[in-house]
Amino acid sequence: MTSAQVDVLLVAVVVAAACAIPGTFLVLRRMAMMSDAISHTVLLGIVLAFFVVADLNSPILIIGAALVGLLTVGLVEAVSRTGLVRQDTAIGLVFPALFSIAVILISRLAGNVHLDSDAVLLGEIAFAPFNRFAPFGLDLGPVALWVMGTILVVNLACTALFFKELKLVTFDPALAAALGFSPALVHYGLMAVVSVTAVGAFDAVGSILVVALMVGPPAAAYLLTDRLPRMLGLSVVIGAVSAVGGYWLARLLDTNIAGSMATVVGVVFTLILLFAPPRGLVASVRRRRRQRWTFASQMLLIHLATHEGTAAEADESRPDHMHRHMRWPAEFADQVIQTATERGLVRLDNEQLRLTAQGREIARAAAVR
Amino acid sequence: MDVLGDLFLDYTLRTVALGSAALGIVSGALGAFAVLRRQALLGDAMSHAALPGVALAFLVTGSRAPLVLMIGAAVTGWLAAVAIVSIVRASRVKTDTAMALMLSVFFGGGLVVLTFIQRQPSAGKAGLDKFLFGQAAAMLEIDVITMASVGALGLLGVLVLWKEFKLLSFDPDYAATLGMPTRRLDVLLTSLLVIAIVVGLKTVGVVLMSAMVVAPGAAARQWTNHLGVMVTLAALFGAAAGVLGALLSTTAETSTGPTIVLVATGLVVVSLLVAPARGLVWARLRAWRSHRLLALEAVLADLAALAAQHSTDATRPHDVAALHAVRGRAIVERALSELAADGLAQRHDSGGWSLTPRGLAEADRLARLRRGPGEVS
Repeated sequence: MTSAQVDVLLVAVVVAAACAIPGTFLVLRRMAMMSDAISHTVLLGIVLAFFVVADLNSPILIIGAALVGLLTVGLVEAVSRTGLVRQDTAIGLVFPALFSIAVILISRLAGNVHLDSDAVLLGEIAFAPFNRFAPFGLDLGPVALWVMGTILVVNLACTALFFKELKLVTFDPALAAALGFSPALVHYGLMAVVSVTAVGAFDAVGSILVVALMVGPPAAAYLLTDRLPRMLGLSVVIGAVSAVGGYWLARLLDTNIAGSMATVVGVVFTLILLFAPPRGLVASVRRRRRQRWTFASQMLLIHLATHEGTAAEADESRPDHMHRHMRWPAEFADQVIQTATERGLVRLDNEQLRLTAQGREIARAAAVR
Repeated sequence: MDVLGDLFLDYTLRTVALGSAALGIVSGALGAFAVLRRQALLGDAMSHAALPGVALAFLVTGSRAPLVLMIGAAVTGWLAAVAIVSIVRASRVKTDTAMALMLSVFFGGGLVVLTFIQRQPSAGKAGLDKFLFGQAAAMLEIDVITMASVGALGLLGVLVLWKEFKLLSFDPDYAATLGMPTRRLDVLLTSLLVIAIVVGLKTVGVVLMSAMVVAPGAAARQWTNHLGVMVTLAALFGAAAGVLGALLSTTAETSTGPTIVLVATGLVVVSLLVAPARGLVWARLRAWRSHRLLALEAVLADLAALAAQHSTDATRPHDVAALHAVRGRAIVERALSELAADGLAQRHDSGGWSLTPRGLAEADRLARLRRGPGEVS
């Protein structure tokens, strides 16, 4: 690997980690679409701040973007509080409008500056290594790495400091309010963090892929655990793995890095959705099949036990009787009998099914339960 | 007005205007249902998800025919919607997360294919990147014809199943009890949303198309409580925003999509403010009026109470300083002058106030009204 590749990978991993942390809370608070809204509207903040300071590398841009991020949240709430439109409509109205203003301002007024809407939407992490942070001529690595590293540290610090508040407000806002925490304050704080992260990240990965890194890894982690700290950790790991995987996929196909990172996020999510141990689709199907068989075999054993030693036993324990009596399809009945025979729970004796000792024991236990 | 003159003469302008009108009518009318069914954000997800469809359609067929690209866009947009519904049904992931995830993953996939195409030596750029923000000026007659035909198909679908869609939008449970195939209707109506989105791809672009689905419907909703009127109005608003925005963007040389979206947003803002019955301006006015009326009645009752304490002479003047203290000077003074103008109260030479006999009668009437019938005091 060249040092430029190492730089790109480092930036990618740091971006993924920084996005995963606020993203976890967005997913849990059912506000994932706000990441989409904010990652679009922060562009307006950047443009407006740029007109003030006329420097694309000024930290003021990040502050401007964060303010517009908060403005987005505030506007959405103001519009939906009128009661005239629903909240989803309010989101769908506010962010395209702010984003449109930004795009028009860019094309009209900043035409000669390196600030174009395509770049903001799509990002180009491949250029990250060329913009070096070199104070006093000392090369300390890519600027993007420093910016995102700082944001990651801030995100970690905020999460650690306000972990209790975030957890409480996320899972039980009513209790949080009753205990004297302000859900609104936590809400806006989180939104500010989302805005800052979105600004920092979209230089590298583009605004829409910020959404992928904020929502995808936490959604996948959500399928794997019920514990918040573990979900945060898993999100960071899944995000980092997707980012690195996306980078290599992009190299392989010679294509857009950010786009392929988002694609890998989708693939990882799908794999976890299918194969996650307790909740994955495959596991659920297998569990359901196993439960179906367990239940059926217990029914068979209980049926045999009930009639054992009675006058009707000869009739009731014939193998071909089962599918009518239990209303099972004939094939399924055969399978159940065959499997039960193989496991030594019943044996076929002169066209009669008889319980083995083990089968009798299971029947008794199941019937009592 | 040069632009208006050009509209009838200039081929490009006429094409742009016609295409934008078709786009606005279709996305407005079909989007109205999305607004009612809380699918505003689903529209956003689906329009972003149209990008890989456009790119793949081009990659597979090598054709840039609008119908081919639209079909590609519709397929992936529709797949995204199916994926969102399936994820929510099959796991504990919630709708908002599923939408944001599919939106970004499909869009990311679209970028991958798009970049791949652009790096092919033979194919050329194909102008596919214009699908991000749209470019009305690049619209050709064939685009307009395709948009209009596909859109007409969508509108026809709504007309044929009008009753069913109406019930589905307002009371899906009742529709189910009537034996309507709600599941299939739901899929069908969501598929029509796809049509609303793909007609605008070339003009507005995938990034902002959701706004054209939401804004006309949200604006129309403010003016009426009647579905037929709402859908018609949404179509009109959509057409107005489309034509106005497209013409503005061609003359002012801004990106078409954002300009159309801003015009549509302007329509929403105006509707939210001044639409009759629901408008915020009228609501504020109503609140202010009832506030004043309440103050008026309160001062009237206060004066009546003062009069009742001096039963010998009901029209004896009273010092209103006490009222000032209780209700605030400005409110009391304004109420008094209005009462005087109505002949209900009178100012005496001493500077004190009292009710006129008519004012006393009015206060009595209001007091009875407040107590309600049948109650004895």
